[in-house]
Amino acid sequence: MSMLKVSDINVYYGNIHAIKGISFEVNEGEIVTLIGANGAGKSTTLNTVAGLLKPATGNIEFEGQSLLNVPAHKIVSRGMALCPEGRRIFLQLTVQENLEMGAYTRPSAETADLIADVYDRFPRLKERYRQVAGTLSGGEQQMLAMGRALMSKPRLMMLDEPSMGLAPILVEKIFEIIGELNKAGTTILLVEQNAQMALSIAHRSYVLETGRITVSGTGEELLHNDAVRKAYLGG
Amino acid sequence: MLNYLINGISLGSVYAIIALGYTMVYGIAKMLNFAHGDVIMVGGYISFCATSYLGLPVIPSVLLSIFVCTVLGIVIERLAYKPLRAATSLAVLITAIGVSYFLQNAALLIWSSNPKAYPNMVALPPLAIGNTQISAVSLVTIIACIVIMVALTLFTNKTKMGKAMRAVSEDKDAAQLMGINVNATISLTFAIGSGLAAVAGVLLCSAYPTLMPTTGAMPGIKAFTAAVFGGIGSIPGAMLGGILLGIIEIFGKAYISTQLSDAIVFSVLILILLVKPTGLLGRKISEKV
Ligand SMILES: Nc1ncnc2c1ncn2[C@@H]1O[C@H](COP(=O)(O)OP(=O)(O)OP(=O)(O)O)[C@@H](O)[C@H]1O
Ligand SMILES: [Mg+2]
Repeated sequence: MSMLKVSDINVYYGNIHAIKGISFEVNEGEIVTLIGANGAGKSTTLNTVAGLLKPATGNIEFEGQSLLNVPAHKIVSRGMALCPEGRRIFLQLTVQENLEMGAYTRPSAETADLIADVYDRFPRLKERYRQVAGTLSGGEQQMLAMGRALMSKPRLMMLDEPSMGLAPILVEKIFEIIGELNKAGTTILLVEQNAQMALSIAHRSYVLETGRITVSGTGEELLHNDAVRKAYLGG
Repeated sequence: MLNYLINGISLGSVYAIIALGYTMVYGIAKMLNFAHGDVIMVGGYISFCATSYLGLPVIPSVLLSIFVCTVLGIVIERLAYKPLRAATSLAVLITAIGVSYFLQNAALLIWSSNPKAYPNMVALPPLAIGNTQISAVSLVTIIACIVIMVALTLFTNKTKMGKAMRAVSEDKDAAQLMGINVNATISLTFAIGSGLAAVAGVLLCSAYPTLMPTTGAMPGIKAFTAAVFGGIGSIPGAMLGGILLGIIEIFGKAYISTQLSDAIVFSVLILILLVKPTGLLGRKISEKV
């Protein structure tokens, strides 16, 4: 069953036409990736699904219900979370407070358990729970951003370039965690520059070029597609 | 000498309470609400009318004044500032100045330009320590300031709503992704700031009992100065800035010149900002990429 269904959306920034009629689906239990060059419209797509931007035309359905008239702050309680590009953690809040904000829409009685789960997954965060988030290293900030998104117990987790700016070993770790989350039942929509990694983990993938989807297929198919290899995998 | 110090702290406490409103609104909405000073004046008139015309006792008058100003703050934000959420900061600033003139002129229409003699809302005997007398107004003002400061600090640091407020002040989009209603949070901030302005209005007019449509303007500007002085956006900064400003003003008046006291206050501000552009307690965490 398709969990997220994006149908022919057009998104504008003023008169810049950033997304030109794209459609795609994410099925329950899948890892789907969107890849594409800088400025292709990947972040715009995720931000639109998360409600931060509204499409001029087209439809977005999550678990059978349209999200078009749902304000951005009500989207997360529908069961999806976005871990945005550039982390966007609250730098002046402590690690623990950032996580509490992630659980903003959950009943307060659950918060402690949810935080404990995140600390189990990211022990580094536990050591630093009282530290102001702005003083964390880049990798720790990324973990915090992912942990914060997990606090809402999303059924669909969207991640926008979680590996950006991280050392290779941390990139491996992030992808490992994405795999684990997916095995535990979370559906994943992932945007990545690191096309090699993204395609090898994905069940299905879409290639975005200047606001249009040009290629789609299973991760395996795209890894062996000549055009994709040339453009995104370095030959 | 001790007397001047206490007067300074007391005047400074009023500035601090006003500055808290400036700083909270700035922190969340990233705008200078220049009409904030005029909400003080409205608070003064409402409490004046409640006691003098309606014959209400002090506490209900003050509560009524807080209520009216809170609603006024929310309405001002909805009607004047919310439509400009995406506009340039200059457009918002000009609107805020417009709102300020609007309030002053509305007060002029309703209450005329004749000064009203404000009743002392804190009609208690002064407290004598040795041979210095501390007026009850001063004492109540200082206590109110401390209570407000502690309450606000606890609110923003310990409660879910307060933490959400800090989250919104840092990153509105990320806050929305958490499920925080940004518009409601901004309204709440204006409500708190305006309620505090009403308290400041009562205290200010009790200490300086001439009430006119322009009564809020100068304290408003000074409190804004205090907020910048302490580091705009910072709650303890507003408190520290307000109190220092009050002390400098009273000592300037006493020892240097009554006429020049405002000039002295603003000179100190300029000096501090030259040395520390973010204000005394202002902070700037550089973002890691
Ligand atoms: N706030 C904005 N205002 C105007 N144009 C924007 C804005 N954000 C993005 N754009 C434009 O929309 C297009 C798509 O941008 P988007 O951020 O979605 O790309 P992306 O695929 O995520 O790129 P990257 O890999 O660099 O993150 C780009 O041409 C960009 O310049
Ligand atoms: Mg992007």
